[in-house]
Amino acid sequence: MTIEGRVWTCGDHVDTDAIIPARYLNVSTAEALAVHCFEDVDAAFAREAGATEEPRIIVAGHNFGCGSSREHAPLAIKGAGVACVIAKSFARIFYRNAINIGLPILTCTEAVEGSEAGDRLRIDLRAGTITNLTQGETYETSPFPSFIMDIIDAGGLVAYTSQHG
Amino acid sequence: MGYTLAEKIIAAHRVDGAPGGDVSAGDHVQARVDVVLANDITAPIAIREFEKLDDGNGPLSGRVFDPERVVLVADHFTPNKDIKSAEQCRFVRQFAEEQGLPHHYDGGRAGIEHVLLPEQGLVAPGDLVVGADSHTCTYGALGAFATGMGSTDIGVAMATGQVWLRVPETMRIVYRGELRPWVGGKDLILETIGRIGVSGALYQAIEFAGPAVKGLSMAARFTMANMAIEAGGKAGLFDVDDKTREYVGGRVERAYTAYRADEDADYARVLEMDVSQLEPVVAEPHLPENVRPVGAIGEVEIDQAVIGSCTNGRLEDLRTAAQVLRGQQVAPGVRCIVIPGTQKVYLDALREGLVEALIEAGAVVSTPTCGPCLGGHMGVLAAGERAVSTTNRNFRGRMGDPASEVYLSGPAVAAASAVAGRIIHPDGI
Repeated sequence: MTIEGRVWTCGDHVDTDAIIPARYLNVSTAEALAVHCFEDVDAAFAREAGATEEPRIIVAGHNFGCGSSREHAPLAIKGAGVACVIAKSFARIFYRNAINIGLPILTCTEAVEGSEAGDRLRIDLRAGTITNLTQGETYETSPFPSFIMDIIDAGGLVAYTSQHG
Repeated sequence: MGYTLAEKIIAAHRVDGAPGGDVSAGDHVQARVDVVLANDITAPIAIREFEKLDDGNGPLSGRVFDPERVVLVADHFTPNKDIKSAEQCRFVRQFAEEQGLPHHYDGGRAGIEHVLLPEQGLVAPGDLVVGADSHTCTYGALGAFATGMGSTDIGVAMATGQVWLRVPETMRIVYRGELRPWVGGKDLILETIGRIGVSGALYQAIEFAGPAVKGLSMAARFTMANMAIEAGGKAGLFDVDDKTREYVGGRVERAYTAYRADEDADYARVLEMDVSQLEPVVAEPHLPENVRPVGAIGEVEIDQAVIGSCTNGRLEDLRTAAQVLRGQQVAPGVRCIVIPGTQKVYLDALREGLVEALIEAGAVVSTPTCGPCLGGHMGVLAAGERAVSTTNRNFRGRMGDPASEVYLSGPAVAAASAVAGRIIHPDGI
């Protein structure tokens, strides 16, 4: 599976209140949440969701998605047209949630440090490679454990469980 | 090489591999769960995912794995703060009725989930608990392995009674020294997060140990375990001792096993902390790791003080608040909001005269809710406003407008600050 998109950057410890403020948790669909994604951080983020055909790729620092367990956070990101999140590290509940709902995520410090806002990236999830087309660099990530790859291949945890019980 | 508390509990719950076989940090295992939890915010997504599981062709029946072990608590935006919240709560209530779940709590039976479940005896030592709420780690105070997950994980666990887990490494923190006056569990955990950082225990379990925590009440232990997630932790566990047994006695009706870490367990890190000189601390905006002694933060005026939450909404916390506020007056222009964690805490506080003392001091006493902690309702901040709060997160915008600020503290500092109108040491009033 290959993903291409344009980089949107953020720093360390981006918390789930920043991704989707709690005042919007009275709804729970990706579409309804996406319009408020990163609203308090960058008001343009959600507005630009449908503005270009090119998907966005979030490039973040350490501990992305820390804080609450709200699955609304990866749902909002996915709903806002983000094709992948690359970070130096992820908070563990966010990491599980993203895999479970089928939002591609990768851990790769070198790619984060080598990318700037607006760069175009091409990601090969199966091969675990990230190519920065703007800078002309390619980075390798460590592969997912096989059973996590099985969940990803199935299309998320619900599809996987339906098949395997 | 021996095993940590987390490894032992997970090994006992493993359903794949050799039964009763050992597990070690880094292993991925399939485990059965004792309790599955969700709230009014996270349950709607969990239920929708649960309902997708049964397509009529698969092995699942469309029923929860065990109605006694699925717990649903309406606590975040309740009593329903708006129409959409009311719809979410109704959806959860209908599911509970359809599935015949005896442990669905709302209205006058409700409370803040992580105060309520231990109080009702729903979690036992040695349990493996998963909840669609990050502060599910609170039950580690009972010697249970309890961890927060998202709604899809919980929806699947409601159906199968199982989850996949990566067995975490463990950090053991040994606390030594006698605590000074006004220093409690909240100060210990904030000081710890200040020391190791908000990702200092990322993916790890924390074992809280040492003579200083053995002396702590169960309430203080719940406070500490509750904030393991604020250091990135997957769980925060205490050994079971006489205080634990006394607490669960008369509450937990099923048999349980008290596991204990081996002396030669393999720890990722062992941290020794001498807390004998520790003063009450606060965490400044906008991360729980920005911890300083209350005496070192200078002149910080406040608009609001919140005393409550799954971190500090227990009877002991209200006693501390009332001890400080009794005979005093909340400063003009300050809203002091006190929220008992459950209806039982509320009633006990009422019978002890705590509620009277708090109201006479000018505090607002609310029905149990998570409300203000996450900027939901019952104490939302305007732009430029500042609160001192006994809750667990001070992220930007957490309690309201993105231009508001939250300082985290224990109940003594929060109550004293409400009287002074600025953040101060309780000795200062």
